[in-house]
Amino acid sequence: MSTRRIAGPFNRVEGDLEISLDIADGRIAAAYVNSPLYRGFEQILQGKLPADALVLVPRICGICSVAQSAAAALALADAAAIEPPHNGRLAANLTLAAENMADHLTHFYLFFMPDFARAEYAGRRWYGSTAGRFRAITGSAPNQVLPERARFMQMMGLLAGKWPHTLAVQPGGSTRPLQSSEIFRLHRILREFRTFLETVSFGATLEEFASIADRSQLEAWRTRAGGGDLRTFLAIAGDLDLWHLGRGTDRFMSYGCYREEDGQLFPAGLWHGGAAALEVEAIEEDISHAWYAAAGLPQHPAAGSTLPVAEKEGAYSWCKAPRLAGQVVETGALARQVVAGHPLARDMVESDGGSVAGRVVARLLELALVVPAMERWLTELVPGAPWCITARLADETSGVGLVEAARGSLGHWMTVRRGRIHNYQIIAPTTWNFSPRDTQGQPGALEQALAGLPASTNGPLPAVIDHVVRSFDPCMVCTVH
Amino acid sequence: MNILWLQSGGCGGCTLSWLGSEHGPLFRLLTDESIELLWHPSISEAGVDEARDLIEQCAAGSTAVDVLCIEGSLLRGPQGTGGFHRFGGGAQPMIEWVRQIAVRARHVVAVGSCSSFGGITAAGMNPTDACGLQYDGEAAGGLLGPDFRGRAGLPVINVAGCPPHPDWITETLAALAHGRLGAEHLDDYGRPRFFADQLVHHGCPRNEYYEFKASASRHSEQGCLMEQLGCKGTQAHADCNQRLWNGEGSCLRGGYACIRCTDPGFEEPGHPFETTPKVAGIPLGLPADMPKAWFIALAALSKSATPARVRENATADHLLRAPSVKRGRR
Repeated sequence: MSTRRIAGPFNRVEGDLEISLDIADGRIAAAYVNSPLYRGFEQILQGKLPADALVLVPRICGICSVAQSAAAALALADAAAIEPPHNGRLAANLTLAAENMADHLTHFYLFFMPDFARAEYAGRRWYGSTAGRFRAITGSAPNQVLPERARFMQMMGLLAGKWPHTLAVQPGGSTRPLQSSEIFRLHRILREFRTFLETVSFGATLEEFASIADRSQLEAWRTRAGGGDLRTFLAIAGDLDLWHLGRGTDRFMSYGCYREEDGQLFPAGLWHGGAAALEVEAIEEDISHAWYAAAGLPQHPAAGSTLPVAEKEGAYSWCKAPRLAGQVVETGALARQVVAGHPLARDMVESDGGSVAGRVVARLLELALVVPAMERWLTELVPGAPWCITARLADETSGVGLVEAARGSLGHWMTVRRGRIHNYQIIAPTTWNFSPRDTQGQPGALEQALAGLPASTNGPLPAVIDHVVRSFDPCMVCTVH
Repeated sequence: MNILWLQSGGCGGCTLSWLGSEHGPLFRLLTDESIELLWHPSISEAGVDEARDLIEQCAAGSTAVDVLCIEGSLLRGPQGTGGFHRFGGGAQPMIEWVRQIAVRARHVVAVGSCSSFGGITAAGMNPTDACGLQYDGEAAGGLLGPDFRGRAGLPVINVAGCPPHPDWITETLAALAHGRLGAEHLDDYGRPRFFADQLVHHGCPRNEYYEFKASASRHSEQGCLMEQLGCKGTQAHADCNQRLWNGEGSCLRGGYACIRCTDPGFEEPGHPFETTPKVAGIPLGLPADMPKAWFIALAALSKSATPARVRENATADHLLRAPSVKRGRR
């Protein structure tokens, strides 16, 4: 016999989150994840001019704002059958990468690590120094990192005018031509960011960390001198065994991102014990447990609908349940790096599957991989060459935009009729990770990852629940939009 | 002075903008200004039961709230129930929590255009019946009603913007902490005048193009964005080109139009955002306080006087002609 407990509000998850827990014998027998906020962007977009989506969709999310812009820009470019010029493509990469790297940093220092300062851990040998470093608001880390983050975000001032909510990201490229002196300043900002990461976060060069190929090398690296906040986390992860916490579906998906001249820096794909091609056409959204009216069967997003209802039998979230060929998948930095084939990411999931530690390490690994790519993209810019071409859409058309936000795969599906948006469907990263059950009764990725964790029916909930929830770097405002 | 910060039907972007504050560590700045965060959903350690208990105490009055900051639109739907947003861990809609705490707070601050006026969530068919705390678009009212006053006597303070500049938020809070914000410091829409009495146009680096009506016609061109590309900087109340964003940015510096995001109703301009509406070739939205006849006359005159340098550079994405260098004494 289990007891139901409603846990919320979860904070440091970028939006609203509530989880119902069925607890039996001191463990979570079943978890039901509820995204309790609905705003209706897909309804707002209906009837709008396609280009106006570029104003509306970034405002779905304050932390994945550029990712939303990028997905819309790609959908519009697809509908117009255009490709941005060389500089426009690089500017899009740089802008998206700047957001994604800032988000990885924000997640680690502001959202995830403060949970290790909780009183529950007061008996651990690492507690004193960790709490002093990472405690929310008063810790030395948040106060050191925020100014560094703000300095790094000066890249956005130059690339995109401001962040969040830019209009610089366009289907035909960037509205912001950069001249050589601005590119020079971007180099300097990035150089300062690299120095901060190498001295404060990694205690190593980015290249040294990115070359770690498996768990044993990672452990050997951890025990070497050098300091850095990542080593602190790895020591905690070993002590608390975060490598065996929060396992989900072990089915990892990535749309791929950062367009290079040939292909993408991180290619698209699926990983489930081995690599497989990603069939985007096999994506469907199931609304059996979400507060929407619909005609029964799950729909491909290009044909999806969003009709909220106040009450519905069996529903417990505003989040739809996206599935890939009927399967639950996990998305995020770990998925992206596993799919892209980074040896450390592959080794982490082959050893232990998806885990709290693996997800955190993958995010830092991406900082080590993407910052050097950003440096290269800056050198490839050609001042004086074109930055943007004009997108002209037919009155009857459609487009798809697939990108990777910091926290995973983001897709926009747009249909245009008589020059206006007829249908616009969005599946965000956390829609995948924090989905409710589907028609088959399959729990979503977080629901699976929480099952079996310790929990009491009335005392404080253990911090492991927070670690699992935040290891996905959820963005709840994107989840339901 | 303590602050309780709650997020309603928005995107969280106001907080993310605020975290980009460029005056050293934000949390130290708050301490220096005697501001304490009781709770903030993106920043605080306390979650779940601990956070819920605190917020219940604020609603019941057992914990005093000096400033209630609300980010995001207030969602009244469906059918007035507020059910589109139930605050985590319970059945009570967010609008009910806001109503209960607002009447107890000394000050209520709307952070961003959503909680000020309804904002982007109120666009289109406004499916959630979104509004601001004390405005529903341009109309006074909103969730709390036109006569609402915080216990200290001020109406809701609208730090508008989508998002607001980090300094607008911080300076407003600091002014409240030091008792320096009175009704006379708010404009007709309840916005702090220290930023709302400026125009986005002030300090625009495209000013020479504006003077000659040398206009960009496509994205990435250097000319003025007002005539073709929808820019409302000459009407929009904000200091975006004097107090820059993320180092040296602003919308216009980023190459795209000001969409007047600090104004009520910006989300439904009645024309494509990036296309200037015109009648007989004359932009409908004229610069603030400018008589139409004079605008037309001056525009015609300045267009005919446009130097070739300015005209050619306006439709290029980099400098084609540099200003000439004069020799000898002048």
